[in-house]
Amino acid sequence: MSNESLDPRVNRLKLGEAGEIVKVEEGENWNIYEVFHQEKRGAHHEHVGCVHAPDPQLALVFAKEQFGRRKKCVNLWVVKSSDILAFDVEDEDMFANNLEKTYRDASGFKVMEKINKFKQSK
Amino acid sequence: MYGGGYIFDEPNRKQLREEEQHDEPEKLAAFEERIAKGEKIEPGDWMPAEYRRQLIRLIEQHAHSEIIGALPEGTWITRAPGFKRKLALIAKVQDEIGHGQLLYNAAETLGKSREAMINDLLSGKSKYSNVFNYPAETWADVAVIGFLIDAAAIVNQVANAKGSYGPYCRALERICYEESFHLKQGHDVFIELATGTPAQREMLQDALNRWWQPIMHFFGPPDKVSSHSEKLMQWKVKMASNDDMRNQFLDTYVPKIWDLGLTLPDPALRKNEATGRWEYTDPDWDEFFRVINGGGPCNAERLQVRKWAEEHGRWVRKALMRPAERKTFPVA
Ligand SMILES: [Fe+2]
Ligand SMILES: [Fe+2]
Repeated sequence: MSNESLDPRVNRLKLGEAGEIVKVEEGENWNIYEVFHQEKRGAHHEHVGCVHAPDPQLALVFAKEQFGRRKKCVNLWVVKSSDILAFDVEDEDMFANNLEKTYRDASGFKVMEKINKFKQSK
Repeated sequence: MYGGGYIFDEPNRKQLREEEQHDEPEKLAAFEERIAKGEKIEPGDWMPAEYRRQLIRLIEQHAHSEIIGALPEGTWITRAPGFKRKLALIAKVQDEIGHGQLLYNAAETLGKSREAMINDLLSGKSKYSNVFNYPAETWADVAVIGFLIDAAAIVNQVANAKGSYGPYCRALERICYEESFHLKQGHDVFIELATGTPAQREMLQDALNRWWQPIMHFFGPPDKVSSHSEKLMQWKVKMASNDDMRNQFLDTYVPKIWDLGLTLPDPALRKNEATGRWEYTDPDWDEFFRVINGGGPCNAERLQVRKWAEEHGRWVRKALMRPAERKTFPVA
């Protein structure tokens, strides 16, 4: 390089020519792990993003650096992205096909009416 | 930090390529309806080819800007005045690298690998924010970058966080949270110099004078010449026009600068109280295009440093590699 950098550390690198081609090979940045963050003991682990790592152990190290450096964190999980099985997003409507679900809810069962009716009939 | 005017449109680029408009009309209508309703689009969803292409370009350039943006400030870590300033600057620069990674991951959900993005950065095919092609000459430059460039980036990132693509919005949410610390620590350095000795004020004024044009360039060319399409606005890829974001930035930060008795090197800069818009001398847009196409004072150094890092880190990456593992893409 013709111009000296303002950064002495950069000058020490003795950088090559500007036109030189540097290529990163596909796969050189390893695999992708999904990261789950637990904010406090007793809370769920929540998905927060992902990291690139060569194996689960290093994925944990990078996850701590990326997702545990500021906000409160007591634990992290990592899972290889390809190991996550999910429904096809196109099938979203299958969660909405049953209109009448009161039999699943507490509000679907009313006993006071029956109790009062029973008491009145006595 | 840097969601700014780094979304660089090559001159004469056709916004929507003819062949890519032939998306299935029913799916396209459903897609546009979801966006109009404020729903987020997720990686597995159907999306128009042009939406995918534009998002990759946007998020990738944003990611590169975070990584390259760490370089001018990183220069000052070893020379930061005092231990607290040094710690804060290290933390900020580390955040910026983290932002780059969050954004590369968001772009990867759209199908372009991080390796391919890095290669496009190194070859010069993919751009990054133009402001980082200028040097940080003094400690006051760190103040101007941390305060005003981060502020400009926040204007853009807060707007983009309301966009339509889920993974990008989620990354930006985390990024914006950290940016508030960047802005605050930058403002603190700025105020310390502005309220300090005559020599400190002079140094800050000099930095402001040098950075004002790159800051005015930050949000990109004026609306009258920039070719942002209606479609990108409708699809909530582009959330605000360049001039609107620039105006919002000027409205918040120029009064804070003037209030300290500092000046900005544009005698025409004033707010038109009748229209609510700021008026200013058009910055030199030829200079902007000259710099973004490689002619700036630091373009070569920035890319050379990145190439050096890739080359000298390669043996570590290879030593840890497991060749039998197949590469996958993030799920969300
Ligand atoms: Fe950032
Ligand atoms: Fe930042």
